[in-house]
Amino acid sequence: MTGVLGVLAEAWGEVRVHRVRVVLSLVGVFLAVFAMTAVTGLGLIVAQVQQEQAERYQGRAATISVSGFDPATGLPPSPDAWDAASQELLDRYGVTEYATVGYGSALLRLPAGTQEVQTTDVSPSYGDLHRIEPIAGRWFTDRDRESLSPALVVNEFVLDQMGGGPFTGPRSIVLGGPRPVTATVVGVLENDGGEYPQVYRIDRSVLEAATAPRDPYLFGPDQLELWVPAAQADDVVAAVSSDLPLLLPGGIQVQAYRMDSPGLAGSLDTLRLAVRGAGGVVLLLGGLGVFNVGMMAVRQRVREIGIRRSFGATSGRVFSAIMLESVVATLLAGVAAVALAVLVVANLPIEEWFNNGVPIADEPGFPVQAAVEGLVAAAGVGALAGLLPAVLAVRVKVIDAIRF
Amino acid sequence: MSDVQLRLTGVGREVRLPDGGLLPILTDVDLTVAAGEHVSIVGRSGSGKSTLLNVLGLLDSPTSGEYLLDGQDTGRLRGRRRARLRGECFGFVFQQFNLLPRRTAAENVAAPLLYARGREFLTRGRTARDVLDRVGLGDRADQVPERLSGGEQQRVAIARALVRRPRVVLADEPTGALDVDTGRAVMALLAEATAERGAALVTITHDLSVAALADRQLRLDVGRLTPMTVAETVAATS
Ligand SMILES: Nc1ncnc2c1ncn2[C@@H]1O[C@H](COP(=O)(O)OP(=O)(O)O)[C@@H](O)[C@H]1O
Ligand SMILES: [Mg+2]
Repeated sequence: MTGVLGVLAEAWGEVRVHRVRVVLSLVGVFLAVFAMTAVTGLGLIVAQVQQEQAERYQGRAATISVSGFDPATGLPPSPDAWDAASQELLDRYGVTEYATVGYGSALLRLPAGTQEVQTTDVSPSYGDLHRIEPIAGRWFTDRDRESLSPALVVNEFVLDQMGGGPFTGPRSIVLGGPRPVTATVVGVLENDGGEYPQVYRIDRSVLEAATAPRDPYLFGPDQLELWVPAAQADDVVAAVSSDLPLLLPGGIQVQAYRMDSPGLAGSLDTLRLAVRGAGGVVLLLGGLGVFNVGMMAVRQRVREIGIRRSFGATSGRVFSAIMLESVVATLLAGVAAVALAVLVVANLPIEEWFNNGVPIADEPGFPVQAAVEGLVAAAGVGALAGLLPAVLAVRVKVIDAIRF
Repeated sequence: MSDVQLRLTGVGREVRLPDGGLLPILTDVDLTVAAGEHVSIVGRSGSGKSTLLNVLGLLDSPTSGEYLLDGQDTGRLRGRRRARLRGECFGFVFQQFNLLPRRTAAENVAAPLLYARGREFLTRGRTARDVLDRVGLGDRADQVPERLSGGEQQRVAIARALVRRPRVVLADEPTGALDVDTGRAVMALLAEATAERGAALVTITHDLSVAALADRQLRLDVGRLTPMTVAETVAATS
């Protein structure tokens, strides 16, 4: 126990006494860790932002859209036939992550008057697949399907028009039509890039018949979205295209295609890798500086090493003292550099640059991963740069070192 | 066990020269040092005095003969155990002081305790200042060696040699870099402070008046150790 403390005390003493030399040698490491951490952190944030953006519109990797219609009439299959066939398909391929999407319209009775809006009618699982995070309230659950009052999730724009101030709990709204119903807004989404109404409606509510019927000519057929591992995406597309028509009444044509851009994950990975690679090269250059100074220091301190040997310093102690001196010093530089990087990145207007000014949904803090990597890299470079000097120090001949 | 602390029997030390030949530095040295005894070794420059002291302090190893430390054969000791034993048993005082540059007197004195364990390690700052007080440098504890006179530096070195309460202090020409008066004062302090703690003291010198302070004087001549003749001793002590 005190042995470890001893090594640390010794290394700290060395860093303190030789602080000018140490600080100078660390400028390189400091700059490198700062650059690496800032760029990695920023890169990870930007990649995350882009991924989130893409996923919101296109679904996560790999999302496959499936729909069917009769080319002769342009009409979709009857809901019952479609449901039965798609359930059969899901069971056959063991797909557990999927969502259904349809489009319709609703008449919202707002204080300023009745307004017709397009609605997106989805299964609760749609939220997971598209990473939807309400800023107030909640997303749909399966129980919303049993609710006698159809559940809605709207954006802030619609909430504003409804009046009644901030969203504190479920709020009723009347949907007009031949037989008006009272729907319940259960959650609110951030305005997504513009001032226009967005309304999500739970699919298959018990009162669905009462709401405005969907017009397939206007809105197109219902879609089934399958979420499968990216590697299987092509196989699933092929299988669905060949199997689903057989499960449906004759004449229905099935469309299946991958929605998310398959290249996205890959190109973001490449971006991350490139950023990290560049940081690594800069860091190695910084490490070279520390190494040089370390070698010089050992040559200058041959006598001192001999003296410490006379106090009973073992080879292990001599080795770890030089090594730790290097690690302690670079780690200090690393901590300072990471702190500065966090500060700088936190104050950059990232959403202005990369998200069209829209605040980023779940406020990504500085990626912990980048900070940890910065510290580990600093310590690693310290250890690497200290290795040879430490070996050299162990090989100092005591008797020669203390002679005159 | 007797109170013999160090026993060299037939110790030789040879070094291999670049041309392949062997150069004997110490030849057939017999020496015993009892606990608390003060022994001085006198010899010309190049006679092997430092080599002998390094062998005694486990900094160097004999190439022949046997060295028992507290009855333990040191020839079998390697690496860590040898280093630990050196730190625990010996304190060194060198001609060139060999203080750690840019570290205060107190830090220098505390430095050997960095290699001690437990309480000894944890209370090193306190202990260092106490020992500095003892050598009369309590008020210079925070000075770096570069600001101290030669005599003061050697007193710091003496404090450092004593700080781990060694059983044997090995001093290699401790007055060699000091003027005569300062040298005497420093030597007197070394002898006193060592005796006070019951540690043995082996002093190497070529100054007979320094040797005279010892209980016993020996002469090293081209690697061979012999007792000083009575006449020589009388001449030295008078
Ligand atoms: N490693 C070595 N290689 C060659 N010669 C050495 C070595 N070590 C010591 N010597 C020689 O051995 C002799 C004794 O050295 P030393 O013990 O330092 O003498 P002293 O301390 O009495 O002046 C000197 O002539 C010195 O040059
Ligand atoms: Mg000598």
